[in-house]
Amino acid sequence: MLYVVIIFLWASILLYVLLGGADFGAGIIELFSSKANKARTRRTMYEAIGPIWEANHMWLIIAIVILFVGFPKIYTTVSVYLHIPLVCMLLGIIARGTAFVFRNYDAVEDGMQKIYTPIFTWSSLITPFFLGIIAASSVSGRIDTQAADFLSAYVFSWFNLFSVTVGLFTVSICAYLATIFIIGQADSAADERLFIRKAKRSILIVMISGGLVFAAAYADQIPVFNWIFGRLPGIVAIVSASISLLIMVYLLDKQKHVWLRLLAGFQVTMILFAATYTHFPNIVLMKHGEKLSLLLHQGQAKTIESLGYALLIGSLFILPALIYLIYIFQTRKPGSEESGH
Amino acid sequence: MDDFLAARLQMAFSLGFHIVFACIGMVMPFFMTVAHFIWLKTKNPVYRDVTKAWSKGVAIFFATGAVSGTVLSFELGLLWPKFMEHAGPIFGMPFSLEGTAFFIEAIALGFYLYGWGRLKPWFHWATGVVVGISGLLSGILVVAANSWMNSPAGFEFADGQYFNIDPVKAMFNDAWFSQALHMSIAAFASTGFAVAGVHALMILRNKNVQFHHKAFKIAAIFATIAACLQPLSGDISAKDVANRQPAKLAAMEAHFHTEKSAPLIIGGIPDEKNETVKYAIEIPGMLSFMAHGDFKSEVKGLDSIPKADRPPVAVTHYAFQIMVGLGMIMLGIAALYFFALWKKRNWLAQNWMHKVFVFATPAGFIALEAGWTVTEVGRQPWIIHGVMRTADAVTPMPGIAWSFYLFTAVYISLSCIVSLLLYRQITMVGRLYDSSTQS
Repeated sequence: MLYVVIIFLWASILLYVLLGGADFGAGIIELFSSKANKARTRRTMYEAIGPIWEANHMWLIIAIVILFVGFPKIYTTVSVYLHIPLVCMLLGIIARGTAFVFRNYDAVEDGMQKIYTPIFTWSSLITPFFLGIIAASSVSGRIDTQAADFLSAYVFSWFNLFSVTVGLFTVSICAYLATIFIIGQADSAADERLFIRKAKRSILIVMISGGLVFAAAYADQIPVFNWIFGRLPGIVAIVSASISLLIMVYLLDKQKHVWLRLLAGFQVTMILFAATYTHFPNIVLMKHGEKLSLLLHQGQAKTIESLGYALLIGSLFILPALIYLIYIFQTRKPGSEESGH
Repeated sequence: MDDFLAARLQMAFSLGFHIVFACIGMVMPFFMTVAHFIWLKTKNPVYRDVTKAWSKGVAIFFATGAVSGTVLSFELGLLWPKFMEHAGPIFGMPFSLEGTAFFIEAIALGFYLYGWGRLKPWFHWATGVVVGISGLLSGILVVAANSWMNSPAGFEFADGQYFNIDPVKAMFNDAWFSQALHMSIAAFASTGFAVAGVHALMILRNKNVQFHHKAFKIAAIFATIAACLQPLSGDISAKDVANRQPAKLAAMEAHFHTEKSAPLIIGGIPDEKNETVKYAIEIPGMLSFMAHGDFKSEVKGLDSIPKADRPPVAVTHYAFQIMVGLGMIMLGIAALYFFALWKKRNWLAQNWMHKVFVFATPAGFIALEAGWTVTEVGRQPWIIHGVMRTADAVTPMPGIAWSFYLFTAVYISLSCIVSLLLYRQITMVGRLYDSSTQS
């Protein structure tokens, strides 16, 4: 049952990165769109993600519940030493979640929109940025449980070049997912060309920020290169992600929207796989060589068993409903009746 | 401000904020589906308009409740890591089920909000029902987790170690039923009175009267039924607390001295130093009756509890008085409303009747926050009753006061924006929702 729980944990993190990530990306590309394109991007995105946007963010709750029920030591260690980036991420989550409804559900479209929109777009960037920082800090070996002063216990645990570049990389992944997703939602050929241009740019940014991660890791003396390329599965994952990226670039303007989305999803899955596989079963690496492991720091057997059953039963309800929701709103274009505003 | 106090205040603020949004997001779908049901049955377009207007409210409150709930799931660890390290695996069961219920609610809400004109009418309606039921379930599950803190079960504790963990037993602890029942009814009463009050105000202002009348009636019926049931569930809770947490009951009642035929103390100013209550009304034997169903029985006072294990008396007592007082007022309004429905139908259209409901708009939510204060402050100094002290659970990170200021500022500004949004939704009913006045 422990492995069932671990698979659910990994899958919910992956789904949060993919679905929640594409959601964040929508805000990020709106932030970096020229004035003329902002409205088009926003409208297309809203139609695409409106019905499922709340559900996309539930994966984070599932992941965090699995952690605090099944792996309390891991949850509390991260909570204590990465308190500050967690708070920053939470502020981003609050700002983004509420600004999204505010701007779509305010009965009057007036100056308040000028407040909601920047809150929405900036928090769309800040949230995954800190999410990336938290993910990087959990393995960068900077968490020091014996630290005597505030800075080394609560700030240098996450504030370093490597974590910051992983934060940027996460942001660019989100933007990339959103641009690929939005191509298939375009209503006109002109829009589609616009979104393809954005997609090409985001691919470039992902590659640059990915390079920065390796450079920062080198500077911070974190053996990321060895982690990922040291073992065969990591190499296979990265090579297949690269091949699929080449296929995707070839398919970009060939109207193969479903393929584009599948390939983008595949690449991000492979990146997450390569980044986590190498440490498994460890999930937190600390300064003095202590490691928190999914196979050693779990709750008692009965807890894991009931958690596993709860997740299995839950997924029987959630997955069919979620798939039907996505299916119905992807196949039927909006009817004549106004739904959002 | 010291870090421990800051952590407690931040938790209290976060929960106090979340509880309002969660309750509205949980109960409004029921109002909405009732209106929707009447629309499907009668084809009277006013009900469709009411349904649509309420569904916007549900969307706003659900989203706010969802993010504040997400924040809470992190704050448990950010503020109380030592608590979560031990409690997480024991009381986590309701949280893992709640994850599912909440997820289903989010999916169903997606169907419902975007389903107008896209889904078959009765399927569309059913998705609204799913929103309501799964919302209520997740509320009950979260309260079950809280009740475990009052009534720890499903583990053995010795030498600081927790073993023989049984998450199912922990979930169905002795307090879960009485707490979940009391909280669910409170959610209906408070949301019902708040919604009814707003529509009553619009009727008094003579705006879209037909629309607001229909909306008022649905909300008022939910509110008044809940107000009648709540004292009964309160009685179950009181008897339960008397048995399980005598210290909490004693603090609620400012009952300092153990005695037989204990009087019920109404109002008054508790003096914790001298262990007396000034200016209170006392009803002889009543507390014994309410706690144990017998006017003669003995009720444990605070003097039976070691000083270090006593909860703050004044706050708990005042909060309890506020809750019960407002509960009685709401019960009175409910009685009046039912009497009017039964014998004096013409009262229902009178201005004074609407004024009564406008007056009661915040009553439910104030009572709800007060009740929440009673159960949380009344549990102190324990975070897990009798097992772990709140002070031992707090995070080692210094500077929590800053985090408290930050979150307080965020929650206050959010409340302002949500209020503005609601104000706009309500005043724009004529243009947005009421098809009889739309141009």
